[in-house]
Amino acid sequence: MDATTLLVVITTLSLLGYVLGRQRSIKVAANHGGQRKLHSLPKYYGYMVSLWTGLPALVLLVFWLIFEPGIINSMLLAELPAEMSALSENKLSLVMNDLQLLAESGRIKAETDPVKRSAAETLVGLENRSQLVRNILIFSVALAGTIWSLSRIRVHTRARVFVERIIRYLLILCSLVAILTTIGIVLSVLFESLRFFKSVPLTDFMFGTKWSPQTAIRADQIGSSGTFGAIPLFAGTLLISAIALIIAVPTGLMSAIYLSEYASSSFRAFAKPLLEILAGIPTVVYGFFAALTVAPFIRNLGETIGLDVASESALATGIVMGIMIIPFVSSLSDDVISAVPKAMRDAAYGMGATQSETIRQVLIPAALPGIVGGILLAASRAIGETMIVVMAAGLAANLTANPLQAVTTVTVQIVTLLTGDQEFDSPKTLAAFALGLMLFITTLVLNVIALHIVRKYREQYE
Amino acid sequence: MKSESEHQQQTQADTSHQSENKAADIQQEVGATIGQPFVKQPKMQARHVDVFYGEKQAIYDVSLDLGKNEVVALIGPSGCGKSTFLRCMNRMNDTIPICRVSGMITLDDEDIYAEDMDPVLLRARVGMVFQKPNPFPKSIYDNVAYGARLHGLAFNKAELDEIVITSLQKAGLFDEVRDRLHEPGTGLSGGQQQRLCIARTIAVSPEVILMDEPASALDPIATAIIEELIDELRQNYTIAIVTHSMQQAARVSQRTAYFHLGKLVEIGATNQIFTNPLHELTENYITGRFG
Ligand SMILES: Nc1ncnc2c1ncn2[C@@H]1O[C@H](COP(=O)(O)OP(=O)(O)O)[C@@H](O)[C@H]1O
Ligand SMILES: [Mg+2]
Repeated sequence: MDATTLLVVITTLSLLGYVLGRQRSIKVAANHGGQRKLHSLPKYYGYMVSLWTGLPALVLLVFWLIFEPGIINSMLLAELPAEMSALSENKLSLVMNDLQLLAESGRIKAETDPVKRSAAETLVGLENRSQLVRNILIFSVALAGTIWSLSRIRVHTRARVFVERIIRYLLILCSLVAILTTIGIVLSVLFESLRFFKSVPLTDFMFGTKWSPQTAIRADQIGSSGTFGAIPLFAGTLLISAIALIIAVPTGLMSAIYLSEYASSSFRAFAKPLLEILAGIPTVVYGFFAALTVAPFIRNLGETIGLDVASESALATGIVMGIMIIPFVSSLSDDVISAVPKAMRDAAYGMGATQSETIRQVLIPAALPGIVGGILLAASRAIGETMIVVMAAGLAANLTANPLQAVTTVTVQIVTLLTGDQEFDSPKTLAAFALGLMLFITTLVLNVIALHIVRKYREQYE
Repeated sequence: MKSESEHQQQTQADTSHQSENKAADIQQEVGATIGQPFVKQPKMQARHVDVFYGEKQAIYDVSLDLGKNEVVALIGPSGCGKSTFLRCMNRMNDTIPICRVSGMITLDDEDIYAEDMDPVLLRARVGMVFQKPNPFPKSIYDNVAYGARLHGLAFNKAELDEIVITSLQKAGLFDEVRDRLHEPGTGLSGGQQQRLCIARTIAVSPEVILMDEPASALDPIATAIIEELIDELRQNYTIAIVTHSMQQAARVSQRTAYFHLGKLVEIGATNQIFTNPLHELTENYITGRFG
């Protein structure tokens, strides 16, 4: 019986436990004057027995699967002939792998080396024994759980409390996974950044205006020592994001106003999802839209009016990115404008305000925090966007405020830094972590502000 | 100015009501209003008003007058159409897309549903106070100044201040908020908020004020203050007030209209309605047999 079958058996047992627990509780209740005397509903006794059956067995199985290979290995090692176990560590692990393969192949009999053959046979024996012990142990644990919890069912057993406590632990466990992952990512980025700041001073990084991350690959190479001034990158990010927001905020806000206040509900039901699709289009599609359609169009337009436009311009990228983030502004704004209580509209209309006056003077101010939240969300999205920029804005780290020139952004540089074939601990690759950290801090701050504003908004209309 | 002295119109139904006892018969009989729907000096007149929400009819052939400087109370069980009728009087129902109004309503003999009547201007003349206090999330000052600014009633800051202060005084709120005019109106207590809403409404000097259960969300003390206020406001305004409280109707109104399932069953002088109702449905309602 392998682990999967065992899992199926445990599951079946706990389902059975549910049925048994439920029946038992009903019977116990019947002996004590009916179900009303029962502390919890019968199904909770079912859940309780089911949990006692499944959970300990599952936990045991997980631990077994984690520790089994190590233990078997060391047991095998103890049985190996001296000339094998005396091998160096690297060689030993090769031999172990060999044995493992041999044992799994099922062709032990065909093996010519008698030492190997006997070792493989030992391994198979160990594994079989381990599996048998595991199956018996886990099955008995499950069964014991069933029987023990069944025997504990009385009218006053607090099955619901127990089940709810287990559910709470499960929820905590799940949120811990998310939190720990976040902490892990932050810490790893932080430590790598610290390593980077050992070779490049923080001030150079933060205030340097030249970005040229080429470092010497070999010690005898000359010429490229690498300068890591992040200002051009952040300036580029800022420029493109600003263009995107200039496009997205008015368009998104006005379409939100139209959708929430003027459009008929049938039109809204059809237009809103359509608008939200904009956010679902893969960014790579936006990327070639920007590179192949918008950028040449802007260049041609620039030429006709006598402007010199780079073929990879911040403007084209910003426009396309702006289109992409329209739904972030519009969808959220639409929601918050619609959420402004009817009493507010009534108040304004009752005073003799027209529809546009009501929107301007009452709805927008009341919904403003939510709208700002949506805009900040869109801004975080724009700052973090990579693909469109890679495809349409290029890699030139120019420090410029001219939207007709090529610029590059933080995210794009991170991609290019990590896709080279450098050692992983050169300043060039480590710079990616430093950039990532800065970016992370920026978006974090934006998100905190957004959350704060949204929370304030909620308080207002409770 | 009491309007019950005018015996204008008696409908034919008031003689037959005593012979009918079974509820089913009474239901069918509703349809012709008994009492005195009309007065000599009307400010607003409603004639044969029907209101539909989509296919569903909410008001059936209601005719009545709101006299100058009188308070008319609209009473009746929940869902009988009091709010709906009230909202017809300043075309607030226009904001509900499925709502359709027929019949005629006039303000000073002007048809308010006429083509050339601008609902926005109408609502400046016929103000409304809602059940739940709904101040804007702006400062107290800005709340009261809202309508004046909207309709360009003040030409400078001094005039605006004047309007705000007198409105707050009329609403009996000024003394309580004089030091905090620039704090948010939403920070006031429920009763103060409702008086703020009244101040906001009277700041545009309406001719008629419609109040939809203005005190139902308030405690007894705040209610008493509002009732006193209504009585004072009667000197200058025509008021229609929806209320669920019999005592309130008795205290503040000169005439009372009883609605039942979208129909105006009976209307007459308040003391007559409460002491000697003509229709059995009215009697059942005010004696608390249903409601
Ligand atoms: N916006 C609306 N849409 C559809 N039906 C409505 C709407 N408002 C009120 N109604 C219906 O009209 C009837 C009268 O309601 P309403 O005027 O609010 O009664 P009241 O104020 O006397 O309690 C009720 O049956 C109600 O369901
Ligand atoms: Mg109502």
